[in-house]
Amino acid sequence: MKNTWIICRKELKSYFASPIAYLLMAFFALIFGFGFYTATRDFVRFGFMAQMQGRNMPMNVNEQVIRPLLGFASTVALFLIPMITMRLFAEEKKTGTIELLMTSPVYDWEIILGKWLGALLLYLCVLAMSGINIAMLFAFGKPDWKPILIGYLGLILQGGTLLAIGAFISTTTKNQIIAGGVTFFVCLLLWLLSWFTAFDSTGYASVVNYLSIVTHFEGFAKGVLDSKDVIFYLSMIFFSLFMTSRSMESLRWRA
Amino acid sequence: MIKVQGLTKRYARTVAVDNISFEVEKGQIVGFLGPNGAGKTTTMRVLTCFLPPTAGTATVAGFDVLENPHEVKKRIGYLPETPPLYPEMEVSEYLTFVGRLKGISSADVDRRVGEVTERCAVGDVRNKLIGKLSKGYRQRVGLAQAIIHNPDVLILDEPTSGLDPKQIIETRELIKHLSGDHTIILSTHILSEVEHSCQRVVIINQGKLVATDSVENLTNRLRGAEAVALEIASSNGPLDPAVVQQQLEQVSGVSRVLPREAKDGRLAFEVESLQGRHVRADLARAVVHAGWNLNELRAVGLSLEEIFLQLTDVGQASTGGLQAPSSDPAPKEP
Repeated sequence: MKNTWIICRKELKSYFASPIAYLLMAFFALIFGFGFYTATRDFVRFGFMAQMQGRNMPMNVNEQVIRPLLGFASTVALFLIPMITMRLFAEEKKTGTIELLMTSPVYDWEIILGKWLGALLLYLCVLAMSGINIAMLFAFGKPDWKPILIGYLGLILQGGTLLAIGAFISTTTKNQIIAGGVTFFVCLLLWLLSWFTAFDSTGYASVVNYLSIVTHFEGFAKGVLDSKDVIFYLSMIFFSLFMTSRSMESLRWRA
Repeated sequence: MIKVQGLTKRYARTVAVDNISFEVEKGQIVGFLGPNGAGKTTTMRVLTCFLPPTAGTATVAGFDVLENPHEVKKRIGYLPETPPLYPEMEVSEYLTFVGRLKGISSADVDRRVGEVTERCAVGDVRNKLIGKLSKGYRQRVGLAQAIIHNPDVLILDEPTSGLDPKQIIETRELIKHLSGDHTIILSTHILSEVEHSCQRVVIINQGKLVATDSVENLTNRLRGAEAVALEIASSNGPLDPAVVQQQLEQVSGVSRVLPREAKDGRLAFEVESLQGRHVRADLARAVVHAGWNLNELRAVGLSLEEIFLQLTDVGQASTGGLQAPSSDPAPKEP
């Protein structure tokens, strides 16, 4: 296990040694901030309107601000994750350092887990940029913190799954751009599929919907911790990392 | 220490390594000699457990590369042709990372990094980014990462490639220094490097083993077959090439005289001598006695290809591609 941590730390250091980590964090802070501004503004406007019309609408910060924001964040994440995972294996293959890793007394799964954890920790740092906005909500309102926590858990699980898929795609090529591009298209496809089949209830649609990474997030966004969603994400992570290890093994037969 | 038997590595359509067998004793330095594409790097990759063999076995320190790769990897230090460096890391940071990866505990790793930094003379650049280092320094950092965990076996793929002559000498000295405690396999396509550093040589060509011998025996074989290039001009009137050739063949110790392309009415020959015979002095005398002008007389080293031809006794130029020479791989006495 300690090799996993050694590799994880190395990945993190590499991320923060290049502009990518800071760019992603800044970008996310900006986008999320903008989304936060829009959501809060609309919420306040709505409140004023309701007041003026004399109606007493039940105003719930959690439901009307945080839930759509979390959904928004998960969609933004879909586009950021390819940028995190594209260099995980592709760069090592290109520079030949994969040979160093694979001829050291380190198991393949330690390498994969270490890299995935490094990517996940970077993703957490990116998500943390939204923290200041959420903190504002607490300063000026009384949102319920439990659903927020569950929402972030969902974001982390969904992110972890996409990162694992991205890691797998990264092992298939030496070219970072290709790895990033393919990961992006896969994420886009997943997003679109969930979108298209959201209201469809035909046979194939329900299957796609059930398998969709995005759909399973909805429970978390609502603040519902459903074990089936957690298990779904954990199994997808395991499956993707397993595929990554098979792909890495196949490098030994192709080289 | 290292035992390779019947090692074969096949890819989809090519045979990179074909039925190679050799042994390396503890503490020896063995040179892997062969042209580019011969299969040296592939063999090394099999030994370092990067690639699994298609057939045959390879054991390092008693551990099989297929059955116990983890144990093998602990005991091997590997420097590939391009050193596996991370350009965004500093030298000391990188060596610490590799040291930890190879199993050095966090308590010892700083000390070890300091030691190899000194040994490989990269102390000046220890805080520099690897991406900014020159080729010579990169090679040395690569060597440092190979020895950092004090492995029993060192496998170095072209360790002096791209270095300037001074650095080449320094690297050779370092390797010689390391040889007592470590068993070293060194691959190269430069014959003189093998001469200087190695005790034994394994010659590979097109995936097949051509010869394995001690360096002494090899150079003895090669010295004897040294060729001499001769250029003769006439001092009075045109020369008959056939006559000149005959005269030269009669010089004692000459085994063969081959005519070569010449410019402006001069005659050029390549004269091969019998093993162990030095014929330059006699040739010069013969030319002068016959009244001709001796324009040029120089030793022509045998190219690696000619060495292979010598050793495998195949009377054809290299055909390239995958066709292996038809003779059996055992060394033949010339």
